[in-house]
Amino acid sequence: MKVIFLGATRGMGRALARELARRGHSLFLLGRSERELEKSARDLELHGAPAPVGYARCDLGQPELFEGALAAAEAALARADTVVVTAGLFATQEELEANAELAAELLQVNFTNTILFCEAARRRLLARGGGTLCVFSSVAGERGRKPVVLYGAAKGGLTRYLEGLDHRYYAQGLRVVTVKPGFVRTSMTIGLKPPPFAGEPDRVAKTVVNAIERGRTVVYAPPIWACIMAVVRRLPRFVMRKVNF
Amino acid sequence: MTTEELRQATSPQWCSPPVLVAGWGRFPVCEARLCANEDLGLVTPHGSLSRGLGRSYGDAALPAKRGDALTSTVLADRLLSFDPETGILRAEAGCPLWRIIELFLPRGWFPPVTPGTKFVTLGGMVAADVHGKMHHSQGTFGQHVTSVLLEVADGRRIECSPEHETELFDATLGGMGLTGHILEVAFRMQRIPSPWILEEVETFPNVPALLSALHQAGQHWPFTVAWADLLNPPPLFGRGALMKGRWALPHEAPSRLPQPPKSMKLPAVFPNWFLQPWMIRWFNRVYFYRAQRVRGRRVVDPESFFYPLDAVLDWNRVYGPRGFTQYQCVLPAEQGLEAHQRLLDRLLELQAPVFLAVIKDCGQEGRGILSFPRPGISYALDMPLSNRTQQIVDDLNDIVVKGGGRIYLAKDALTRPEHFRSMEPRLERFLTVRRKWDPTLRFRSALSARLFGDDP
Ligand SMILES: Cc1cc2nc3c(=O)[nH]c(=O)nc-3n(C[C@H](O)[C@H](O)[C@H](O)COP(=O)(O)OP(=O)(O)OC[C@H]3O[C@@H](n4cnc5c(N)ncnc54)[C@H](O)[C@@H]3O)c2cc1C
Ligand SMILES: NC(=O)c1ccc[n+]([C@@H]2O[C@H](COP(=O)([O-])OP(=O)(O)OC[C@H]3O[C@@H](n4cnc5c(N)ncnc54)[C@H](OP(=O)(O)O)[C@@H]3O)[C@@H](O)[C@H]2O)c1
Repeated sequence: MKVIFLGATRGMGRALARELARRGHSLFLLGRSERELEKSARDLELHGAPAPVGYARCDLGQPELFEGALAAAEAALARADTVVVTAGLFATQEELEANAELAAELLQVNFTNTILFCEAARRRLLARGGGTLCVFSSVAGERGRKPVVLYGAAKGGLTRYLEGLDHRYYAQGLRVVTVKPGFVRTSMTIGLKPPPFAGEPDRVAKTVVNAIERGRTVVYAPPIWACIMAVVRRLPRFVMRKVNF
Repeated sequence: MTTEELRQATSPQWCSPPVLVAGWGRFPVCEARLCANEDLGLVTPHGSLSRGLGRSYGDAALPAKRGDALTSTVLADRLLSFDPETGILRAEAGCPLWRIIELFLPRGWFPPVTPGTKFVTLGGMVAADVHGKMHHSQGTFGQHVTSVLLEVADGRRIECSPEHETELFDATLGGMGLTGHILEVAFRMQRIPSPWILEEVETFPNVPALLSALHQAGQHWPFTVAWADLLNPPPLFGRGALMKGRWALPHEAPSRLPQPPKSMKLPAVFPNWFLQPWMIRWFNRVYFYRAQRVRGRRVVDPESFFYPLDAVLDWNRVYGPRGFTQYQCVLPAEQGLEAHQRLLDRLLELQAPVFLAVIKDCGQEGRGILSFPRPGISYALDMPLSNRTQQIVDDLNDIVVKGGGRIYLAKDALTRPEHFRSMEPRLERFLTVRRKWDPTLRFRSALSARLFGDDP
C-alpha cells in the first residue's frame, strides 16, 4: 500500500504507522509540526518503511492547507492508494463546558475540518479509480453519554458521514474503514482513570492494519468494545440518565 | 488561542491521577502521579525523577515523597538515526530494548550489552549502567554509549559523552536518574555473524566448582552465567548449572530467522501463600536434572538465551502482594573466596528463602561513578518479602562490606545508609558532581532519600 497518514506523530497513529512500516508499506506523513514529522519519518524508516518517508505540514485547524498537503503527498508517493486519519482532539466535558472557545475549536477540528479533509482525500482517491480511506472516529459517537456530550457529538457526526460515504461511493471503488476505539492508553487519555478493558496502541494498530488489509468497514478496537457498545446502545434512557459513563 | 495553547488547556500537565507505583519486586509501593508525553520536554518540568519501564526491583524509580510527580518516558520511544557504517544508533530515552532487538536482529545487529530482560528502556539502561552475561567480555552498557542528551536541573539540555562534559556523563552512567532527565541516548550496536546463539550447558556439584568453571569459561566464551540451587539443604545446596554462549557462525546456524518466543501472561496477582519453598525446592531439582540432560552444545534463539524469564510476562505476580526483593552484590575474587563462603554459609544458617540465585562473572569496572560491577563475582538472590528479609539483607551487607564488595542500586530496596556508605567510597565524588549540577537537589527518588539522606 501507499499510505498518506494524518496523525502519525503520536498515540495510536504512531503505533499504526509503525505497524504499516513493519509490513513494508510506503508512507507519507501529514501533521502540524515539522520537527515532530521529521523525527517520526526517520523512526518509520527504521521500522521498515521504504525510505525516504516524506512529510508535509497539514493542520486540521487550517483547511486551506489540505489540498496543498495532499498534492505534495501524491507527488511524493506516486499513486497513493490509502489515506489514514488518526488526528483528533480530546477534552473532557467539564473542560469544554468551562471554555466555549475550546469547545468551538474541538467541534470544528473533529467534525467540520476532519470531514473537509476526508472530502479532499476522497476526491483524489476516486480520481484515480478508488482506494481506502481509514478514519478514527470513536465509541463516544455511539450514544449520547454524560462524560462525552460534545466530543461524542462530533465523533457521532463523523461516523455518520463515513457511513454515508461508504454507501455513496462503494460502487466506484472507495473503501471506507471506520475505526471506533474504546478507551486506549495514550497521552490523550493520561489524565483519565482507565476503565476496565483499556487498550494499548500497539494492539489497536495490529487490529486496524488487519482490518484495512481485509477491507472491513467498521472496526472496534480493542474488539471487546463492540460488545460493550452493543449493550450501551440498548440501555434505556432512564438508565443513561442515572449512570455516569 | 492557538491549538497548542488549547492543548495545554485541555491537559495542562499530561499527568495521571495519583496511582500506586512500585518496582519489579512490588516492594515498596508508593503513590505517585505519572506524567507522560511523546514530547518529553512537555513533562520533564513536572517530574522530580524519570521513570522508564519500572524493571528496577526496589525504590530506584519511586518518588522521594508520596504523591510526587514522576516523568514517565515510555511514550518517548522513537528511533532517531542509525548509521550502518559505525553501528551507532540514536533513540529517545523511552525506547524499549525489545523494539531495538525486534528491528535489528534480522538485519544482523544486536545491542552489545543486555540485561536479563528486554522490557527495559534505554534511559533505564544508562541510569543503571546495566550489565549482563557479557560483562567479563564487553563491560557495562555505558561503555558503548557514545552520547547522552540530558536535561539538567536548571532545564538546560546538555549533550554529554566520553569527550564532552565527561564528569556529568560519568555521573549519569549508573547515576539512577539523579543527574537529570535522559532524553536521548546514542550507542554503538554490535554486528553479529548470525541471529542464533551457540549454547553449552554444564552442571557442577557445588558452588566452588561452579565458580572456578565460570571463571575459566570467561576466557573463551563471551557470554556466561550460572544458576545455583541455594534453597535445598546440603548436599543439594550449591549444585548449579553453567550456561556459556556465543553468537553462532553462519555455518552453525539455521538459515531462517528465529521466531520471537511466545510469552505467557499471568492473569492476576497470586495470593501470598501461593509460592512455597517446597515448590521451589522441587523446581530446583527438576531444573538441575534438565540441565544435566541438555549438557553439551546446541543452537538456541537469542531471546530464550538472554531472556529466559521474559517467557512469562508479569512473573513477579507469583510472589503475591507482599512482593519480593532481589539482593545483588559483587564480591571481589582476587584475594580468595573467603567472603563468598561466608555469604553462602550465612544463607544456609539463616535458611534464607532464596527462590532464584544467579551468579555472574564481572570484568573491569566501567567509567560510571556509581556503576555497580567491579572485578569479581556477582550474586543475585531473589527472596520473597517477609519480616525476616531486612535482617537477612543486613547480615549479607555486613559480609559484603567486610569483603570489599558492593550492592546494585537497581535491585536494592532494603540496604541501610550506613552499610551503603561503607561499601561506596565513590559516593562523595558522585554527590559532589550531583550538587554541582543540581544544587537544590531537584532530582530525588525514594532510593536517594533512603541511602543519601535527601529530604523526602
Ligand atoms: C527480569 C529482570 C532481569 C534483570 N537483569 C538484569 C541484568 O542482568 N543486569 C542488570 O544490570 N540489570 C538487570 N535488571 C535490572 C534492569 O535492567 C534495570 O533496573 C533497568 O534500569 C531497568 O530499566 P527501566 O527502563 O525499567 O527503568 P526503571 O526501573 O523505570 O528505572 C530505573 C532507574 O533508571 C532511572 N531512569 C529511567 N529512565 C530514565 C531517564 N530517561 N532519565 C533518567 N533516569 C532514568 C530511574 O530514575 C531509576 O533510577 C533486570 C531486571 C529484571 C526485571
Ligand atoms: N485514546 C483514546 O482512548 C481514544 C478513544 C476513542 C477515540 N480516539 C480517537 O482516536 C484518534 C487517535 O487518538 P490518540 O489517543 O492516539 O490521540 P493522540 O495520542 O493525542 O494523537 C493525536 C494525533 O493527532 C494529531 N493532531 C491533533 N490535532 C491536530 C491538528 N489540529 N492537526 C493535525 N494533527 C493533529 C497529533 O499530532 P501532533 O504531534 O501535532 O500533536 C497526533 O499525531 C483520535 O481521533 C481520537 O479522537 C481515541
